[in-house]
Amino acid sequence: MKFQIFVTLLALSLSVSAQDTPADTNLIDTASDTSLVIVAPVTSLIAIDHNYDKGEIIDLRWVPSIDDQLLDGKVLGYNVYRIVNNGEPDLIAELPPSTTSFQDQDCHLDSVYSYYVAALSESFEANSNRTAPISTEREWLNFDRKWLFLIALIVGGSVILFITAARRGTKLFVRKIAGLEAVDDAVGRATEMGRPILFIPGIRDMDDVQTLAGLTILGRISRVIADYDTRIFMPTSRSLVMTAGRETIKAAYTAAGRPDKYSDDMVTYYTDEQFGYVAAVDGVMVREKPATVFLLGAFFAESLILAETGNYIGAIQIAGTARPAQLPFFIAACDFTLIGEELFAASAYLSGEPMQLGSLKGQDVGKAIAMVVIVAGVIAATIGEAWDVPFMHDVVGWLSGVFSTR
Amino acid sequence: MITAIVGITFVVSYFIPHFPFNRMDAWFADWFSIIQACAIVLGALNLLKLSAQKVIGKKKDWGYALVIILSFALITIVGLSEGSDYRDPGTGFDWLYVNMFIPLSATMFSILAFFVASASYRAFRARNFEATLLLIAAFFVMIGRVPVGDVITGFMPEGWRLSDLANWIMDYPQTAGQRAIMIGIGLGVVSTSLRVILGIERAHIGSGE
Repeated sequence: MKFQIFVTLLALSLSVSAQDTPADTNLIDTASDTSLVIVAPVTSLIAIDHNYDKGEIIDLRWVPSIDDQLLDGKVLGYNVYRIVNNGEPDLIAELPPSTTSFQDQDCHLDSVYSYYVAALSESFEANSNRTAPISTEREWLNFDRKWLFLIALIVGGSVILFITAARRGTKLFVRKIAGLEAVDDAVGRATEMGRPILFIPGIRDMDDVQTLAGLTILGRISRVIADYDTRIFMPTSRSLVMTAGRETIKAAYTAAGRPDKYSDDMVTYYTDEQFGYVAAVDGVMVREKPATVFLLGAFFAESLILAETGNYIGAIQIAGTARPAQLPFFIAACDFTLIGEELFAASAYLSGEPMQLGSLKGQDVGKAIAMVVIVAGVIAATIGEAWDVPFMHDVVGWLSGVFSTR
Repeated sequence: MITAIVGITFVVSYFIPHFPFNRMDAWFADWFSIIQACAIVLGALNLLKLSAQKVIGKKKDWGYALVIILSFALITIVGLSEGSDYRDPGTGFDWLYVNMFIPLSATMFSILAFFVASASYRAFRARNFEATLLLIAAFFVMIGRVPVGDVITGFMPEGWRLSDLANWIMDYPQTAGQRAIMIGIGLGVVSTSLRVILGIERAHIGSGE
């Protein structure tokens, strides 16, 4: 009996080895080919439609090749292939080792996609299984931006609330802005000296909110200029800004009761070209020698050239921009500078209208939120780093997500 | 009303990725480009009109106006005469662009280097505490950004050299200050946009006075 069992087991083991041997031999033969570096494919590859997009993104995730996880340098990277509507595979991305995800951002609503990922060695490409066919969907609401929506609602609501409060007669305190307090003096100086005032609205078009802010200030300043009966000249680098500038100044002169003093020649267009415009405006400055120069709008490399020329001719200069990179130049070269938000507050400030001032107070609610979040974030990040508290890391991650604009 | 509709549409489209809202910004951008293209004719004609008036009336500095008219005529005639390939290398338009326009632009841009020097001289004078602080920070950033900074402090341990100090100033105090300004700008943009959308601010369209 024992002999029969022994023979059976022997036969069984022989048969098993007989089945294994060819594959093992192949593997050894193949592996003994030193030019071929075999790597394992990636596993668990999945394709998911990206949430809350316009229907153009599919997310791919996978577990990297086991040879990549060993970090022995065998895996040189990954190639991502895409099959559209059961067609031929296309290589859509070449990714470095250790990559575990990819976002295909070139999808269309009416197509069906499947993917596979190839792990690459020096001489081998190990393909993963293909994903199930997938098509994209377009959502109605982007819930990734829900926190941003909430914050916008709070800030916007606060602005409207304070405007309403101002309408009812609530007194609102707004801090003094030196640059705007100096507007009357600057215009008065030009009047006394009998020289013109130069208003430069930046080099961007009407679709830039800084240009819009500059023109709203122009409206208020033009009113003062019309009252003082001083000359204003506004060179522009955009035709639409020229048209809007003319309307603004015309309305201000009409409101001041001096429509006859207005002329279309007060506003002119030179060129869209940045340095061509600078050359033209510098020429005007040097020849006309304006007593006052306003530089209010979006400025780039030309900011310092214009401001220094104004400084050279001895003009009193009031500048303002929302481009942080240009602010140091204006601060260095101009008498007064409206820093960032002051540019946007200027029109409301100059108007003195309660409704306009109410909108400025609404901004303060946004600042309060920003301050609270910054302090909370700094505390969480500091505790998280110093004592390695996972919860604090989560708080920092959550705060980053809340203010993400993706 | 138009401003309000367009403004609200833009705000809504930021939160709704579905058609037609996902296309609104592209459509408005296209419309803006069309209006812009039409308006440039207006701008060019205005420039020519004013320049012509100066030349005909022999007003002050009429010579500059003549240069504008001649340059405008030259580049327009050359560009139109070469058809749709006017931008190709070797064309007359390209020659004018490369040999006249680019050097002139580069000349204007180069002036910036001298103005940076004169503005820096004024800005870095130690007139008060803030200006002194600026001067010291600028000194360390400038010397830390050139190789000699690390040569001078080469004996100090890694992380304590002038280049590290310069990087620290740029990465922390400078970035913090700039972000504070950016937050203020963001809120200012929201407030201004709301004033325009609600029709409280209309000075830019020639009303509201």
